[in-house]
Order: sequence, then C-alpha cells, then structure tokens
Amino acid sequence: MDAQTVIAKRIALELRDGMLVNLGIGIPTLVANFVPAGMRVFFQSENGLIGTGTVPEEGMHHRLLTDAGGRPVTALPGACTFDSAMSFGLIRGGHLDMTVLGALQVDGAGHLANWMIPGKMVPGMGGAMDLASGAKRVVIAMQHTAKGKSKIVEACSLPLTSARPVDLVVTELAVIAFPGGRATLLETAPGVTAEQVLAATEAELAVSDGVKPMSIR
Amino acid sequence: MQGVSLEQAVAMIPDGASVMIGGFMGVGTPERMVDELVRQEKRGLTVIANDTAMPGVGIGKLVTARLVAKAIVSHIGLNPETQQRMLAGEMDVELVPQGTLIERIRAGGHGLGGVLTPTGVGTVVEKGKQKIAVNGKDYLLETALRADFALVNAFLADYLGNLAYALTARNFNPMIAMAADTVIADADNIVPVGVIAPDHVVTPAPIVDYLVAQG
Repeated sequence: MDAQTVIAKRIALELRDGMLVNLGIGIPTLVANFVPAGMRVFFQSENGLIGTGTVPEEGMHHRLLTDAGGRPVTALPGACTFDSAMSFGLIRGGHLDMTVLGALQVDGAGHLANWMIPGKMVPGMGGAMDLASGAKRVVIAMQHTAKGKSKIVEACSLPLTSARPVDLVVTELAVIAFPGGRATLLETAPGVTAEQVLAATEAELAVSDGVKPMSIR
Repeated sequence: MQGVSLEQAVAMIPDGASVMIGGFMGVGTPERMVDELVRQEKRGLTVIANDTAMPGVGIGKLVTARLVAKAIVSHIGLNPETQQRMLAGEMDVELVPQGTLIERIRAGGHGLGGVLTPTGVGTVVEKGKQKIAVNGKDYLLETALRADFALVNAFLADYLGNLAYALTARNFNPMIAMAADTVIADADNIVPVGVIAPDHVVTPAPIVDYLVAQG
C-alpha cells in the first residue's frame, strides 16, 4: 500500500454516519474514496456545496458545478448549494464536524503551518485559517517527512495557520494526537515500529502505553 | 434597474475604481464584463474578489493585462502571474482569510462597521488589528469592505432585475451585490418577471442598478 493510501484509509476510520466533513486539496481528497460502505457522510466544498460527489464522467460535467480547486465535480442526491458567507458560517459556527487538511509543518504542541513559505510560495490562505480555527475536529493528512526531514517539528519555522492546535495527525508511519498539548504516538502503520517513528520525528514524541497498529487493510 | 449594453456598462467604470467581482476560480465570474474591462483598458483597478483565478480565466485576464493595482483576495495559488507581480512589487496584494473576506464584504453591505472573528488570532493576520475579548475568547476586529462597483454574475435575471444563482456559481455574488455603490449584473439568462418565484429570488431587484443586455 502506498503512503497516500495508508493515510487516507486510516483517516476514513475517523468518519461517522451523518458527519459534515470538509476535505482539503491533495491527500485529504482521497479520504472520500474510503468511506465505509453504508455510511452517509456529507462532504462540504467551501465554494458553496454540501453533497460533493465524485469527478464526473468525461463530457458529463456542468461548468457551474466545481470543487474548491475549480475542478468539475458531481453532486449527490440531497446536495445543497449556498453562498460563501453561509459556507464559512458552517465552518466557523461549530457546524463542521471535521476537516482534513494537508500540512507543511506541525509542531510538538499540534500547531499547524500549511499556507505559505515566505519568499517562495505565497498562495494565500484561502479557507485554511477558517477551517483550522473553526472545525470541531482538525485532522492532518501528510507524509511524515519531506526531503528526508521530519514535518513534525519542535517549533514551526513557517507562519502558523491557527493558534488552535490540531486534534490528530495521520502519516504513512503513525497516528499522533496531542493530549495535554504534547505530541503522543497512538498508532503505527503496518510493519512500522515505534522506534522507527521516533527516529523519523524531530519533535519530542511521547509514546502512549498501548501503541496499536493502525487497523487498516 | 436599467438595461445597458456591455460596452456602456463597462464605460461607467473609471480608471482607478474599486471593483468587487463575483466568482470562485472563475466560476460565477461575469466573464464578458472582464473581457470588456480588458478591451477598454480600465487601469489601476482595486479588485476585491475571492481569488485571481488563473491566467486566461476570469480575473486572471485582468492580471495578465496589468490592469490591477491592488487585489484584496483570499487565494492566488493557482495564478503564478499574480504571485510574480506581487513578489516583484508591481501589484499590491492583500491576502485575507476567505471566511473573513466574505464577512467584511457582508458587513459593508449590511451597514455594519466590521465583524469579530476568531480566524487569524495568533497568526500574521492579526498584525495591526484590534483584538477584542468577548466572554473570555479572543477575536480580531475585521473592518467592513465596500467598493465603487460590484460586477455580479447571476444564472437568471428577470426584467426587473431580480437575480437567482446556480450551483457553485453563487459564491461571492449575493454579498458583493449588497456592498457597492453601483451594482451591475450580468445574467446567463434573462427571463420574464415571475419565472423566478419569489421564494427563489436571492438578490432583490431594487439593489441592482444595471442589467447588461445579452450579446
């Protein structure tokens, strides 16, 4: 199983029936492919849609129905559309059960940096700051390292997305939470040991008593 | 509401005007009006919108034609030209969290001085802003935004100027229609009064100043 699939499958286990969920661009988008059979999850697209479906078949798209990246999507039965004030009211107002976001860095206390690299990449925060501050639960989907360097760092060197810590980080190696503001290893990926995770992680990582293997197949 | 030609509509906009433009990555942007702004070479514009789309699409065309002096937007990540011009100092870009941007516009159109939002607290966004604690929680005071013109794209307009939107093309359009001194709407379809049922009108006719005639 490749890294992205491990991450997406593990995050899909966090989904519950009836949840309203927003998926960021990149690995987070893949989570929608692993919704457990029989479960109804409402996916929000922040450009104004609840009930985001799959990519339409060739030639079956509608030019006025797109995802937050501007790509054509479909809408599922029961979908609804709305303006941007409503969309962000849902996000900030405590109505969004979970958001899954990518990250550039997460620090040992769970602070997230995911919107810019000064002088290099300045895309703008888009909806990321609202999502990271407003969603009931913030889950990070990211590769554990980038160019051999840990993305889970002592302190973020990049500008923060929110002062509010994230709830869960899922990488191809591990599941990490932040009880009491301290990065704690909860689960390891299939075939990965706690020692391997510790070696790949820059931030100090507490190891919970019962570290479990991720229950993915 | 008054019907105008595309050329007349854009001719009303002077160089240096502030212009709110609907759309999210070009979806829900009045594309014909953007093309006409380029044709009439309206310079020094302040554009307030969700994003600058991408080169060749929507607001991206204004960036390419170097007509934008300042952009107040939430995202420029899919338009490398905007990023290059910003980094080169040729174009002023104010990046605003998307939920904050739409609320600032909403406030401007609804008679409010601004809004209090938790978004951006503890980040670079709070720089220079007043922080206000309400019931023990910190919020940033984000001030209202208005513009000289709103360029609105609707799916349906009736002869009176009532507007309705379609699918994800609604986005910023209903909010900007409230927040500008002059509101110019361009609709994909112009229909008889009554085709849009009262319950389905999103933008009421009295706030639309001009409706662009079909080409």
